[in-house]
Amino acid sequence: MSNRIFGLLLAASILLCVGAPLMIAWAPYESTMGLVQKIFYFHVPSWMIMFLSVFICGVASMFVIFRRSYRADRIALAAAELAVVFGLIGLVTGPLWARKAWGVWWQWDARLTSALVLWTIFIAYLLLRRYGGPGSERLSAAVALFGMANVPFVYWSVNVWRTVHPKTTVVPSLGPGMREAFWWCAGAFLCVYLLFLVLRIRLEEKRLELESLYLTSEDQYKNYG
Amino acid sequence: MPLPIVLAIALMLAGAGTLLRGSVIAGESLSQEEVVEGQEEFVPISELPPEDRLPAAPLLIAAYSFVWVVLLVYLWSIWRRLTKLEKELADFARTVSLKRAGPDG
Repeated sequence: MSNRIFGLLLAASILLCVGAPLMIAWAPYESTMGLVQKIFYFHVPSWMIMFLSVFICGVASMFVIFRRSYRADRIALAAAELAVVFGLIGLVTGPLWARKAWGVWWQWDARLTSALVLWTIFIAYLLLRRYGGPGSERLSAAVALFGMANVPFVYWSVNVWRTVHPKTTVVPSLGPGMREAFWWCAGAFLCVYLLFLVLRIRLEEKRLELESLYLTSEDQYKNYG
Repeated sequence: MPLPIVLAIALMLAGAGTLLRGSVIAGESLSQEEVVEGQEEFVPISELPPEDRLPAAPLLIAAYSFVWVVLLVYLWSIWRRLTKLEKELADFARTVSLKRAGPDG
């Protein structure tokens, strides 16, 4: 990615993140939950980005499994790490909202439990990459595919099973004021995500560059040696 | 595809469908049975015990702060790892150039 696009992405992220609190403050209060409902403006976008990241990781993992693509592997690893980061935001902000709205921090219902399971799958992915040793790329790619297959269940769980969690119809039916604030925050999260993804892929490329340099120099010493 | 496998897949799909439909029906019938009882009295919030008076602002501030902290810590972690790698790359290049120059070098 060129430096110009990176700069534009950085500028957009800063602009949207600075504007987000103003948009949230400007948005009207929800009738039953009041002030605490404003957690929605960063709780839902964090899960949307988590799902996007899981999808990117899953698609890249398909290329790792079927085409043994190293570039796809770097993208999958970066996306998995970011899925864990954005999932963590969703998992922490949710209970803070639930405490006031439902009176409990956590409920073992279909949505919350499946979301937690999805998050732990990507924790497993990262642990596998960290401690799995050589060849763990393809095994972890299979884990990522398994994780991606879980996303539709997590998404639809609120519509299918009886749960205290709001349904998926909430976002499309948002009223004026709430809608603009929500999509502004979603845009901010998306820009930040893309920025982090680019940085994380760059980091992985540097790490591989260093690794290949060490391997080349070792081979040279062995040949001369 | 062999017939037993086709049958097994069909049975699994039928089972999953039934389960899904059953849970939806159960959910609908439960929600129909719910009856909201009318309030007998209004209680001012000041009369509630302190443990039941839960202000929303600290929760909202905590959630918002957490988001910022996580994003900033992650950015810092990427920056730190990148700086470390770039330093290692520079050290490696220096070591290689020194070795190429030889012991007399």
